Amino acid sequence: MSEVLAVENVGVELGKRLVLRDVNLTIDAGQFVGLVGPNGAGKTTLLRSILGLLRLKTGRIQVAGAPAKPGASRVGYVPQRHEFTWDFPISVQDAVMTGRTRRLGLFRRPGVADWRTVAEALDRVRLADLRRRPVGELSGGQRQRVLVARALALRPDVLLLDEPFTGLDMPTQELLGDLFAELGKEHAVLMATHDLAAAMHTCDRLALLNETVVAVGSPDQLREPRLWMETFGVSERSHLFAALGLSVETARM
Amino acid sequence: MSPLDFIADLFNPDLAFLPRALLIAVMSAIVCGVVGCYVVLRGMAFIGDAVAHAVFPGLAVAFVISGNLVLGGTIAGVVTAVLVAIFSQHRRLKEDSVIGVFFVAAFALGIVIISRAPGYAGSLQQFLFGSITGIPDRDVYIVAITGLVLLMAMFLLHKEFVAVALDREMARAIGLRAFWLDLALYVLVTLAVVISVQTIGNILVLALLITPAAAARLLTDRLAAMMLIAPLIGGVCALVGLYVSWSWDLPVGGTIVLTLTAVFLIAWLLAPRHGLLARYV
Repeated sequence: MSEVLAVENVGVELGKRLVLRDVNLTIDAGQFVGLVGPNGAGKTTLLRSILGLLRLKTGRIQVAGAPAKPGASRVGYVPQRHEFTWDFPISVQDAVMTGRTRRLGLFRRPGVADWRTVAEALDRVRLADLRRRPVGELSGGQRQRVLVARALALRPDVLLLDEPFTGLDMPTQELLGDLFAELGKEHAVLMATHDLAAAMHTCDRLALLNETVVAVGSPDQLREPRLWMETFGVSERSHLFAALGLSVETARM
Repeated sequence: MSPLDFIADLFNPDLAFLPRALLIAVMSAIVCGVVGCYVVLRGMAFIGDAVAHAVFPGLAVAFVISGNLVLGGTIAGVVTAVLVAIFSQHRRLKEDSVIGVFFVAAFALGIVIISRAPGYAGSLQQFLFGSITGIPDRDVYIVAITGLVLLMAMFLLHKEFVAVALDREMARAIGLRAFWLDLALYVLVTLAVVISVQTIGNILVLALLITPAAAARLLTDRLAAMMLIAPLIGGVCALVGLYVSWSWDLPVGGTIVLTLTAVFLIAWLLAPRHGLLARYV
């Protein structure tokens, strides 16, 4: 499998403040990587850098072998749900089509092939039945799937998910987790999340981020509590370890 | 006065200003109705208000030097819109504060400029509250052509405007230039305001932008329908408002706005799915 996303020695400053330094991360097609870290660790900044929205201070980001650039790279972005104007009078399928706005180009309307792509994307997220419904009438989980379909409508090489589980109940999270795992079999998927348990459960690999990537590996490879303490700045008494099923005692021995 | 008398007056050669005012009022209401959909959906009502006030110094300068009002208003409105767009990039200032600073400043500048002109009080009132007399023939063509260009521009940029309005971050991520699209939208709003100012007046023009689109939003969940209903409401209310104003000798701007407000209230009460009645009956 080839490297679809390569983040190499990336450093980013936001208003003189160093947010990311020396970040390295590669993701292959068919890999589902969870990006975890505390608030302010730079998760969203890393996602925005991969989208090509931020100027890098150091390093470079390659998507499918070319530098990341808005409009040129095929990076599907699934933002946090509150970024989207849900009271906008638009149907599900038209909202998904907006993902292709740039691909269509100025002054051009969607053609048969575009509508077919949108229909496929809606099929993938199992929203085909609701395609004519106004987006304002959808539940939280359905809304999240609209955002995923909109990203898929671009036929992306890389899929970026920003906190997709926030504010959703357990059954909805589970269904979404399954969908992401399924998408992770074909695409390179990077998911920023605070839900560590879900990330441990569904992702192939986790990247622990706090300004830089502290560690990358499969959930099994990251059982060393020291890594989590370093990433999240917590003590060994933190309930984090109980939640993740990690034993601090064994680590001490 | 019956509608028939009104029609007779429209064709009375001694009242040639009346059909001109009617044409301009209806055309500008239609254009404002369409632009207003974006304004309402993006929650930019305050920007609409700002632009409406900001065209005033341009109109004043054009009036003082006997220049073209549409051109003067457009330049002033666009300059203010650009200033707002640029100053809003500053992190410490929120957009609404920047707007609050610039549009009042522009308005103040307009008042100072127009006070230098002879016949100050009369012309000021005409600018602020609109008038149906004194519109030159040429302006009908200017409004018609500007309006057509505006509608065309909105048709062409529609999907980009929608993408940015829905989700600005994603729009930027797929490579749309959100800043320039915002600026384009501000310019379109400015032009719509400028062509409407003469009949309805600088202060009341906001109602042409907001009220029809807001009423249309209550009536439908489809953007395409909204963008047809809003100009329809605007156009019909401009016609009815002018008729009422002419019959009872009321100020035309105020009458059109009150007609629009009545339609909005009816929509709010009776809208099929979101209206007050539908919810509680």
